[in-house]
Amino acid sequence: MPVVSSAVYPNVSYSVAAGSVYGQAFTSQSLPAVGQFKETNTFSSQSTSVPHLLQQHVPVGYNTTLSTISSAQSVQDNLCRNLTGSVAKVNNQINAGGIDSSQPVHPVSQSVLFTKPGAGTSVSSAVISSVRTPAPSLSSQPRSSPSVTQSPELALQEAIDSSSTTSSASPVLNNYDALEGGGYPEARSVTSSPVPAPSVPQTSKASKPFGYGYPTLQPGYQNAAPPTPVQPSNSGHHPGFQHYPQQYPGVNQLSSSLGGLSLQHSQQPESLRPVNLTQDRNILPVSSVPAPVPNLNSDLRKLNCSPDSFRCTLTNIPQTQALLNKAKLPLGLLLHPFRDLTQLPVITSSTIVRCRSCRTYINPFVSFIDQRRWKCNLCYRVNDVPEEFMYNPLTRSYGEPHKRPEVQNSTVEFIASSDYMLRPPQPAVYLFVLDVSHNAVEAGYLTIVCQSLLENLDKLPGDSRTRIGFITFDSTVQFYNLQEGLSQPQMLIVSDIDDIFLPTPDSLLVNLHESKELIKDLLNALPNMFTNTRETHSALGPALQAAFKLMSPTGGRISVFQTQLPSLGAGLLHSREDPNQRSSTKVVQHLGPATDFYKKLALDCSGQQTAVDLFLLSSQYSDLASLACMSKYSAGCIYYYPSFHRSHNPAQAEKLQKDLKRYLTRKIGFEAVMRIRCTKGLSIHTFHGNFFVRSTDLLSLANVNPDAGFAVQMSIEESLTDTSLVCFQTALLYTSSKGERRIRVHTLCLPVVSSLADVYAGADVQAVVCLLANMAVDRSVSSSLSDARDALVNAVVDSLASYMSTASNLQQSMLIAPNSLKLFPLYILALLKQKAFRTGTSTRLDDRVYAMCQMKSQPLVHLMKMIHPNLYRIDKLIDESTIHVNDRVVPQPPLQKLSAEKLTREGAFLMDCGSIFYIWIGKNCDNNFIKDVLGYPNYASVPQKMTQLPEVDALSSERTRSFISWLRDSRPLSPVLQVIKDENPAKTDFFQHLIEDRTEAAFSYYEFLLNIQQQICK
Amino acid sequence: LKNVFPDLGLQIITLSDLECDYINARSCCSKLNKWVVPEVIGHAVVTVLMLISLHWFIFLLNLPVATWNIYRYIMVPSGNMGVFDPTEIHNRGQLKSHMKEAMIKLGFHLLCFFMYLYSMILALIND
Repeated sequence: MPVVSSAVYPNVSYSVAAGSVYGQAFTSQSLPAVGQFKETNTFSSQSTSVPHLLQQHVPVGYNTTLSTISSAQSVQDNLCRNLTGSVAKVNNQINAGGIDSSQPVHPVSQSVLFTKPGAGTSVSSAVISSVRTPAPSLSSQPRSSPSVTQSPELALQEAIDSSSTTSSASPVLNNYDALEGGGYPEARSVTSSPVPAPSVPQTSKASKPFGYGYPTLQPGYQNAAPPTPVQPSNSGHHPGFQHYPQQYPGVNQLSSSLGGLSLQHSQQPESLRPVNLTQDRNILPVSSVPAPVPNLNSDLRKLNCSPDSFRCTLTNIPQTQALLNKAKLPLGLLLHPFRDLTQLPVITSSTIVRCRSCRTYINPFVSFIDQRRWKCNLCYRVNDVPEEFMYNPLTRSYGEPHKRPEVQNSTVEFIASSDYMLRPPQPAVYLFVLDVSHNAVEAGYLTIVCQSLLENLDKLPGDSRTRIGFITFDSTVQFYNLQEGLSQPQMLIVSDIDDIFLPTPDSLLVNLHESKELIKDLLNALPNMFTNTRETHSALGPALQAAFKLMSPTGGRISVFQTQLPSLGAGLLHSREDPNQRSSTKVVQHLGPATDFYKKLALDCSGQQTAVDLFLLSSQYSDLASLACMSKYSAGCIYYYPSFHRSHNPAQAEKLQKDLKRYLTRKIGFEAVMRIRCTKGLSIHTFHGNFFVRSTDLLSLANVNPDAGFAVQMSIEESLTDTSLVCFQTALLYTSSKGERRIRVHTLCLPVVSSLADVYAGADVQAVVCLLANMAVDRSVSSSLSDARDALVNAVVDSLASYMSTASNLQQSMLIAPNSLKLFPLYILALLKQKAFRTGTSTRLDDRVYAMCQMKSQPLVHLMKMIHPNLYRIDKLIDESTIHVNDRVVPQPPLQKLSAEKLTREGAFLMDCGSIFYIWIGKNCDNNFIKDVLGYPNYASVPQKMTQLPEVDALSSERTRSFISWLRDSRPLSPVLQVIKDENPAKTDFFQHLIEDRTEAAFSYYEFLLNIQQQICK
Repeated sequence: LKNVFPDLGLQIITLSDLECDYINARSCCSKLNKWVVPEVIGHAVVTVLMLISLHWFIFLLNLPVATWNIYRYIMVPSGNMGVFDPTEIHNRGQLKSHMKEAMIKLGFHLLCFFMYLYSMILALIND
């Protein structure tokens, strides 16, 4: 039941909060407002806003659309006249207006009728979106795609009209875009038609660059990044390029560059070159470890998906399960599907071409049997090429289906039609649930959160429908009525936490743009409202239940800020950590949740398309293992700030600030599902990441964010002997923050091999390690930590033993690894020394659990930095080789081993751990460096807590800063910098990352190698 | 002697297990979890009744299965939503092992059913 009406309150006590700034509001006050919308559902509050908004926009709309779309006027007129009418009437008027007016309005009326089953909701959303883009008929067209197929001629005509209107409106539309990454402002469309009619060139000519909004009815193409639209995809076509990969590989190779070929041949022995691990101490590459390139012919290789979004642990897929078992390496995929991309082809097409039996999207690795038929590369079914697909809008030619952008790019995004919607696309809805108990106020996080929100309020991804709400809780739950028209926000306190209800369901989540002043008022007042609170309890469970009730009609994102163990109401937890067991080497207990409350809540939320993101800022044990469940299964994300305090711990405070900035402004996809398909014979059996597996291969993601990574494990069910290539495809269907349904498709193609040596040659050591880390997390929760550690060691021992037994000419007394796996033991040792898996060193349970959560949900690039940080020497950057990035000179110091032997007292070192940068200064470090880079006269005067480098006008300072900002640019979270001197307490944080060294509880790298060798010989 | 009826109930559970490949993990698991406790209790009662009526052979046959049922119920981790957990059922071949278990139980109950039938007829004739 989504709405708890105000008639329920006999059993409610509205107690007056001590120290509350705001006047108390009793529900009866807002009753009239509630009554008005009783019959429509919760979207109704938006519908009321329509007339108001329309009035603002109508002039624009008239200017641009007057000449072309006369009928749209009548709809708007109707709406305007209806200003005072009830919501239900608006609803009718739209229909009436559409039907009354003649032909040209056809699409509009169609769209309204089509979405009608959704009752009030759909109408309101349709209207709102028409407000969003000034040309009303234009924006509602994609919804009416059924009408496209029904009347192509009419549709064509409409498209010409609408495309011209869009172009004239484009300056306005571009504004909406600044928020969403991906460079839409430069987007350019080329429209095509289903029939190669003579009017086609005309259509394409008419279309001009436009920003966002629904472009046309026609299958138009938006090629996102390139400023010159046609050329980039043309550059993919060589003069002699033939796109029949599986049929004529030889021809392709010949026609393409020879450089690729020679590289391919030389690479193979290189990755298999035996490396004697015990003797060869310098195994780290000079710069970052590259992803192995699949051994494909150069054309396929060019088309293949970027390793940043899609990686397989074995780039050469073994032919049979037996061969895979022999290799003793895990087979799986690591995905980063929603990554921020600078170049992404966006395709608007009325029919998305998919295989009829396995529903695979057409991709670069399908083969065209002839002009009219294509063969699916996953299930091998032969499909027809639809008529519309024959026309290529990029080259404006007919009969070249293999040159369409879908077939030229392995990462594409489709704008989906209404077939891909279960309900009208939801608006962006954000709910913030804030802990305001004594503990929270003491830590002072509210100031930072409110400040960040105020700064980024305009940058929150969304459109004119964006809604926002706030709930705070201590031992009671406080709601905030922010309904437009109030003079100040009203606080509504519900103290009945056993049976939580919403006091005024309609005015708690409000339109961001309409109530902006009230929201700003609230955010300014919130940090000071609870300064004198004596409430130490935390009723997190009831607050979450209330949040779920509030969000369930729409779905969206709940951000929970919690600072202690929940101690009241449903979902209360008890301390389970025994501090004496922190450094135990035997058993680590309580890695799993204590109660199923949070799991159930997460599944409920997931079912209502709501994700819960958790920010845990606590100084004591807060049972993250239980709390994390609310984010894990609702596809949220988890942030943890141990011993957070605004003034005592400035590094954490700065980190929270930076994380929040990224968190609030990054892209977001709502009501998403992800499906991973693979070639017949392979099957996926285990999934890792934050989501809920709804059916065997469908991942339900209430929200998807660009920082989420996923991993899957696969097995080979049937032998792959009759194929030479296998393909994997992930399709992520989501609603963008602008209310568009989009599908992002990645396709990866890999060769199949039959010999064990080839399997080792193609091993991707980073992917293997990340997948093993995921598996080890599962193992330590379901079994025990020591089991997981043993499994990690065994993974190295088994695979190296198996490799050494295949290479018969090697001496058994040495520890030999193929070049592709030479870093394997080092990475595994690093994993064993991670907070998640280490034993013997004192590790707080929450820290351990958080590290585990990160391993499950971080994409590969971030996870690798966490496992094996990069160490650079930075006091001699002037001498290093440099590269030029955007007119800046960026020095490229070589990677250093993570060992104290590399840390000389005369040097300064930078360690890049992904989320934090440490700069370690040696005692005898050159004074010039300290003066120029750090801005202090000598070593002794460098302060203990230093988190920023000053801008000094010296070459070394400039180089250092450009190097650090270059490192920062490569990742979404901008890491916190920490300068460390020898006597600094943070020194241990730095030194624990030197994983090649021996600690009292763990092996050094050399000892670890000897240990492995011993186990192999056994 | 009159213990045929609870068995029919048990078989329905195991059969529903087989179908559940096709539905949402959440509803599947809540459906299955509802039947775990009745199954444990039913089987324990049958086993005890056999002991009381001094059917030694049948008692010994039932004992391992009853123990396994109870063990499985007790060993559920505290944070899980019962023997069948919707968030884990698709991982690490759990679905397969559940299916295998259900099939074995189905076979076992079929065997028991005929044995009970046989002993019931035998008892009727003897009367």
